[in-house]
Amino acid sequence: MTEGMVMNLVRLLLYLVGMIGFAAFNAAYLTLLERKQASWMQLRRGPTEVGPWGLLQPVADGVKLMSKQLLLPRDVDVPLFLLGPIMVVVPPILCLVTIPFSETLVARNFNLGLLMIFAFGAISTFVLMLAGLASANKFSSIAAARIVAQNIAYEIPLLVIVLSLVMSTHSFNLHTIVDQQAGGFWHWNLLRLGTNPLMPVAFLIYFICLLAESNRAPFDMVEAESELVAGVFTEYSGMGFGLFFIAEYVNIVVGCCLATILFLGGWHCPFGLLPGLHWFLIKMYALCVMVVWVRWSFPRTQFYGLLNLSWKILIPLALANLLLTAVMLKLF
Amino acid sequence: MSSDAQAIHHESFVLNVGPQHPATHGVLRIKLTMDGEYIVDAEPVIGYGHRMHEKMGENRSYAKFLPNTGRMDYVAALFNGHGYVGAVERLAGLVVPERAEYIRVITCELNRIASHLLWVGAFLVDLGGFTPLLYCFDDREHILDLIESVTGSRLTFCYFRFGGVCNDVDDNFIVGARDFVASMRSRMPMYDAFVSKNIIFRKRCEGIGILSADDCRKYGATGPVIRGSGVAYDVRKMEPYSVYSQLDFNVPVYTECDCMARYRVRIDEIVESLRIVEQALGKLPAGPVMADKVPRALKPPKGDCYFNVESARGSFGVRAFSDGSENAYRLKLRSPCFSNLSLFQECSRGMLLTDALALLGSLDLVIPDIDR
Amino acid sequence: MIKYFQEIIEGAYTLAVGMGITFVRMFRRRVTLDYPYRSLTMTARYRGHIELKRDEATGQPKCVVCMACQKACPSNCIKLDGQKPEGAPRKVLTSYMLDFTTCSLCGLCVESCKFDALTFSHDYNLTSMRKEDYQTMDLLRRVGGAK
Repeated sequence: MTEGMVMNLVRLLLYLVGMIGFAAFNAAYLTLLERKQASWMQLRRGPTEVGPWGLLQPVADGVKLMSKQLLLPRDVDVPLFLLGPIMVVVPPILCLVTIPFSETLVARNFNLGLLMIFAFGAISTFVLMLAGLASANKFSSIAAARIVAQNIAYEIPLLVIVLSLVMSTHSFNLHTIVDQQAGGFWHWNLLRLGTNPLMPVAFLIYFICLLAESNRAPFDMVEAESELVAGVFTEYSGMGFGLFFIAEYVNIVVGCCLATILFLGGWHCPFGLLPGLHWFLIKMYALCVMVVWVRWSFPRTQFYGLLNLSWKILIPLALANLLLTAVMLKLF
Repeated sequence: MSSDAQAIHHESFVLNVGPQHPATHGVLRIKLTMDGEYIVDAEPVIGYGHRMHEKMGENRSYAKFLPNTGRMDYVAALFNGHGYVGAVERLAGLVVPERAEYIRVITCELNRIASHLLWVGAFLVDLGGFTPLLYCFDDREHILDLIESVTGSRLTFCYFRFGGVCNDVDDNFIVGARDFVASMRSRMPMYDAFVSKNIIFRKRCEGIGILSADDCRKYGATGPVIRGSGVAYDVRKMEPYSVYSQLDFNVPVYTECDCMARYRVRIDEIVESLRIVEQALGKLPAGPVMADKVPRALKPPKGDCYFNVESARGSFGVRAFSDGSENAYRLKLRSPCFSNLSLFQECSRGMLLTDALALLGSLDLVIPDIDR
Repeated sequence: MIKYFQEIIEGAYTLAVGMGITFVRMFRRRVTLDYPYRSLTMTARYRGHIELKRDEATGQPKCVVCMACQKACPSNCIKLDGQKPEGAPRKVLTSYMLDFTTCSLCGLCVESCKFDALTFSHDYNLTSMRKEDYQTMDLLRRVGGAK
């Protein structure tokens, strides 16, 4: 075995551990962020008892979930039911592989990175559907049926928006896309009005689709607790439920990372100074705060309202955006 | 049955909503026959919170039933007390001092505001929005503090007595109530911007859950439900009791018949109740708060009477029969929620599950009031 | 077509207003009271469980064992007993038991008392691991009366 291979192996292991650690850390502390932020918006204090300012609350939650019994209801499809929670966390963690956190910090930079993220992103919603159907519960089944429609409805505008972006970047490589946005916020894709004057609108559509794809309120048809009890998670208990919870937050992280890379200049500073990991994290977490902020501000949409929003507003706008980009690229 | 209907019947399944479902606010159970997400039939199953209040009214003396009144519609407990003492006073021919009547009106209207605020919050939770609930509770808490300073409890008030009220209000209460009226008025624009105008909220309420005026009349719906369907029926105006005839207020009516109309009626009623509280505080006369010579063991003469009040949910009526003894011979309690719920079965047919639960929320049901 | 865009823009505006309202409140004063560390003082009329009143002059309960409270109680949760010692002007309370598990805190007993011998406790932190603690609350012992 050559030294290079050993180095590669060590590198691989480090990235594996790092990525899972990053995902777990984010899932844990985004729950705390969510609880804290929601309580601040509601004039409450949120968790304060476990650790200083409640900072150890996620640990307590984790211990509680792990110590609970994993119930297996009688009529469930056992293999699918058990596979559900596992399969739902793997895709978002895999998506982190190709995210460039900074100039040098990326596990595997390959040319079709963007495509890979969407390919894996599509899996997790279908896993949710399978888990819902395997639960043999009417509420879960209704939620599972909703997920399919929701997934199709929001994948389209999301991909069309990304397509129009790729038309102007000419690359699926996330590293390249970030590099093109170097040197101040006016170079960011968000404000590249020269290639497409509708870029801010495109970002907004992307953000809405991000909420819908990660099943966050106001589009949380998967859970819809006042209608469907807990949607597809109804029959899950203990860490089975916990894994769905983790997956939801890792999905948000991946979505926010991607938004940072595609629209907000990745690791580049808004003023062209000191690029690095910190800028990436600042932007990413700011978007996470936005996601939480939206959730606790609005009621849930109806299911058909959600589809109306997608098919009547987002998809036409996304297609108009695509067309405009094509015309602009041809003309200039 | 047509072949289409048969096909639907064949494919339908039963979905059990409640008694432990988050949308039913308690122990209401609704057996939904569903075709996909469409409701074919909805059968409310009630009685999980049945506590025989009517029977308890028959086997204990009139005064001993007073604590029960706070435990039916516990969100607006004062109205139940008002209805009950009103009926017994009419039966026994007791004259209530004017100050006591004003105090009853003030506390009842504060209770109405508290009840509507709780409803706004709970309705938004039904629709999936949590934050308004906490803002409503913030305001509601001030009302409960005020009422607690007079009655001594925060929820199941037992405040009204035959011939008056058990405690007089003090200056602190009057100042506090005036402050509350001002602060609540200043809060209304926030609710308007945050809830009423919100596009998601409007999409979920406008045109959803249509209850026609005929359906409302057929099932005896009252309160904000019927006023949201264009019928200006309010007991306070139709059969003025207490001192409502001396107070100037409007009855908000909306003709859209949808959830939004019912929401707007309640929001407008908060504003009207604030006006009533303000006027009543201004007119509050001096004097005693209890009638003289109310016998300890009340034995009303033979007879029966009906007395209804406009509770936060509609017309709450009490029919009391007396056979001249210490106990009522029969006590009939007409609860508004029971009638309002009976609309649901007919009107939810053909609706989507989401919309039907919005309709259910907009009826403002308190389950122990249905079951009694 | 104009209506279509108008609705989108108006809708987006209302959502932005909503987010503004929640944003402002993130920096407002909290309304939570840190309960176990701080607690509210109850209002003067707070209706807790009942308590016997003591006569300051004699140090004995004011109760004259007229049984009015026992009769007034809707849930029959008051049991009291008294006896008349030789030569005493009135009955002396020997036991006053409150079954707090069935008490509905209505306050009818306090109102029924013509001798101002009952009052409401302001204690609301009542917990116990044993049912018996509240099934038989010995009010006479709480007030420190003769046994």
